[in-house]
Amino acid sequence: MLIHEYQARDLFREYGIPVTEGKVFESLEGVEEYATELGQCVVKAQVHAGGRGKGGGVKFAPTVEKAIEHATNILGMQLITHQTTAEGCKGNKILLCPGLDIAKEYYLALTIDRATQCPFIIASTEGGMDIEEVAESTPEKITKIKVDPSAGCWAYHGRKVADALGFEGKQARIVAAVAQNLYKMFIEKDCSIVEINPLVVTEDNEIYAIDGKVNFDSNALYRQKDIVELRDPLEEEPLEVEASEHDLAYIKLDGNVACMVNGAGLAMATMDMIQISGGSPANFLDVGGTATPARVEQAFRILLKDPNVEGILINVFGGIVRCDLVAEGVIEAVKNIGNIEQPIVIRLSGTNSTEGKKLLAESDLTFETADSLNEAAAKIVAAVKK
Amino acid sequence: MAILVTEKTRVVVQGITGSQGAFHTGLMKEYMDNFVVAGVTPGKGGQDLEGTPVYNSVAEAVKEQQVNTSVIFVPPPFAADAILEAVDAELDLVICITEGIPVLDMMKVKHAMKDSKTRLIGPNCPGVITPGIGKIGIMPADIHMPGKIGIISRSGTLTYEAVDQITKAGLGESTCVGIGGDPINGTQHIDVVKMFAEDPQTEGIVLIGEIGGDAEEQAALWIKENYDKPVVGFIAGLTAPPGKRMGHAGAIVGGGDRTGAEKVQYLKDCGIKMVQSPSDIGEAMKSFFS
Repeated sequence: MLIHEYQARDLFREYGIPVTEGKVFESLEGVEEYATELGQCVVKAQVHAGGRGKGGGVKFAPTVEKAIEHATNILGMQLITHQTTAEGCKGNKILLCPGLDIAKEYYLALTIDRATQCPFIIASTEGGMDIEEVAESTPEKITKIKVDPSAGCWAYHGRKVADALGFEGKQARIVAAVAQNLYKMFIEKDCSIVEINPLVVTEDNEIYAIDGKVNFDSNALYRQKDIVELRDPLEEEPLEVEASEHDLAYIKLDGNVACMVNGAGLAMATMDMIQISGGSPANFLDVGGTATPARVEQAFRILLKDPNVEGILINVFGGIVRCDLVAEGVIEAVKNIGNIEQPIVIRLSGTNSTEGKKLLAESDLTFETADSLNEAAAKIVAAVKK
Repeated sequence: MAILVTEKTRVVVQGITGSQGAFHTGLMKEYMDNFVVAGVTPGKGGQDLEGTPVYNSVAEAVKEQQVNTSVIFVPPPFAADAILEAVDAELDLVICITEGIPVLDMMKVKHAMKDSKTRLIGPNCPGVITPGIGKIGIMPADIHMPGKIGIISRSGTLTYEAVDQITKAGLGESTCVGIGGDPINGTQHIDVVKMFAEDPQTEGIVLIGEIGGDAEEQAALWIKENYDKPVVGFIAGLTAPPGKRMGHAGAIVGGGDRTGAEKVQYLKDCGIKMVQSPSDIGEAMKSFFS
C-alpha cells in the first residue's frame, strides 16, 4: 500500500528525520496566505505515481503570484508520467513547502533483499535522480549496507552510511541518525520500501528529507491500523478497490481479453497464453481456492465493468475446488447478470470436470469450451478478433 | 524412495480445529491411513478430531505421538509463531500452507532458523505429496500417480496442471513440492533440485517458476553443473507489467532482477527444456523417455 509524499513526511517527522515545514491544500483557499509566509516555495502535486517533476507536477515559485499560478494549474491538471496510464491521473491535493537553496542532493532507502533475506540500506550521492538509472549506468555510486534483522540497525550502520555519502563532523552524525531512524520506521511500520529522494544539504548546511516514497507490506496491514487510515481510495483503480472488498485478487490491465482463473500462478500463465496467442489480457484475476457460485458471480460483474473487455476466458483447474460447482456458478452468474454480449470460452480441468462440462453443455447459454489452456487461449483470441 | 515425505513421516496438523485445518486433515487421512497422527490447537488439548488426538503444543505431540513433520493451517497473524514452535520442538520438516504472513515475520523466522535442523517448506504453498506414500497439504490427491518425475513449483494450480499431464503421460511423480509464492520462503528451488538429484527414484525434474527474484536461475545454474537427467521448465508471468504484484507477493520484478524473458533464456542456456505454455509440460517430459 502506497501513501502520499505529505503523509511520508509526517511519518519521517514522527521518527525524528528532519523535514521542512509544509501544508497540504485541496483548493486555492489559504494558498496565498501560506505562500506569502514562505516567501519562495515549491508547489507539488500529491499523487502516488513517480516522475511528477518531469510531468509538470512539481514547480518552483519565486513569488506569491507564481505560487498561486502553479497551484491553480496543478490542482486542475491530469498529470501524465511514465508511471501513470496514458490519460494520466488527477492531482486532488497539493503540498506547499519552502523553496530551499540546495547545495547537494543524496539518496537513502531501505528495502528487503530477497537473496539474503535481510534489510539493506541503500545510499547514493546521486540524489534526485531515478535510482534505477543510476544503478544501471553508475553502479559504483550506490552503496548497499546489509543489516542483520535479529541484531537490528546499530550506530555503526549509520556511520557507514554517512561515510559512504562523504559526510563529516556534525552532518555525519545527523545523517547517521537519519539512517537509524529510517530503519526503526521500516520495521515498526511494516514497510516494504522506504525511500528519501532527495535527502538534501542546503547552502546554509542544514539537512532535510525533501521527498519520500513509502510502501507498506499489505500482509501486515491488519496490525497497522494508523497506516490503513492513510489509504487514499482516489489513487487506486476503482475496480481493484471493489475486488479487494470481495477478497478477489484483481489487477486491471490495458487489454481486451478478460480472464478468471483459480490460483495466481495459473492466472499469470493464462495471461501469458492470451498474449502469445495474439491477444491482450484485460486483467489478472485469481478467484482463489473457494470459487463458490457467489464469488464467481462477483468476479464476473467486476470483469464486465471494464469497458475494454471484448471476450472472457475462464480457466479453472479443479482441485479442492470442484469444476461442477464452478460451472454452476458460471451458469448462475450469467443468468443473473443477463445479456452478456462478449464471447465466453471456458476450460475446466481436474476434479469433476466431466460433470462441469456436462452442466455447461446442458445449459441454454452460449459458451465455447476447451480442453487445454492452449486451445482456450486460441479460441478466445479468435472470437474477439471476429 | 522419494524425498521429504516418506514411510517414516508422522504428521501433526497445527491449527487442526480451524475450518481449513479440519477439512484438509480429513482429506489427508483419506489419502493415507496412520499418516496424520496428531493435531495441535493451543487451549484445545484433550479433544479428539474424528480419531485424531489434539494437543496443546507441538512438544506434547512429539512426546505422545512421535511426530516428526508438521503442517500449518493457522491464520496469518499466528503463523510465524506456529512455525517457530515447530522448530523449537525440533521437527524434521515444517510445511506452512498459510497465505498472507507479514514479510517481516518471515524474515525473523528465517533468521531464527539459521542453526536449526528443521526444514521449512512454504509459506503460501500447496504442500508436499509423495504419491502412494502420503500427502501433506491441500493438493487434489487423485491426479497423482507414483512414478519417476520430481516436481517443484511456486504455485498451486500450476503444479496440479503439471502433475495431471505427467500422470497422463504415464510417467508419474516421485514427489511434488510446492515451495510457495512469497518473497521469503523456507526452501528454494535449488534446495529441492539437490534433493531430487540424490533420490534414485527421480529420473527427471519439472521446474515451475515465476517472474521476480533469481531463485530459478540459481537452481538452473546448479543443474547445468551437476545434473544430467532431463529437466523441463516453465516460467509464469512473462506478460505481467513491471511493478504490479500478481497475487503472489514474490511475483514482482524488482530492481536488478532479470525480466521474465531474460529468465527464460537463462534457464534455456543452462540446458533446461523450456515450454511456452503449461499445457506442453507433459509432452516435453515424455519426449525424453520415448
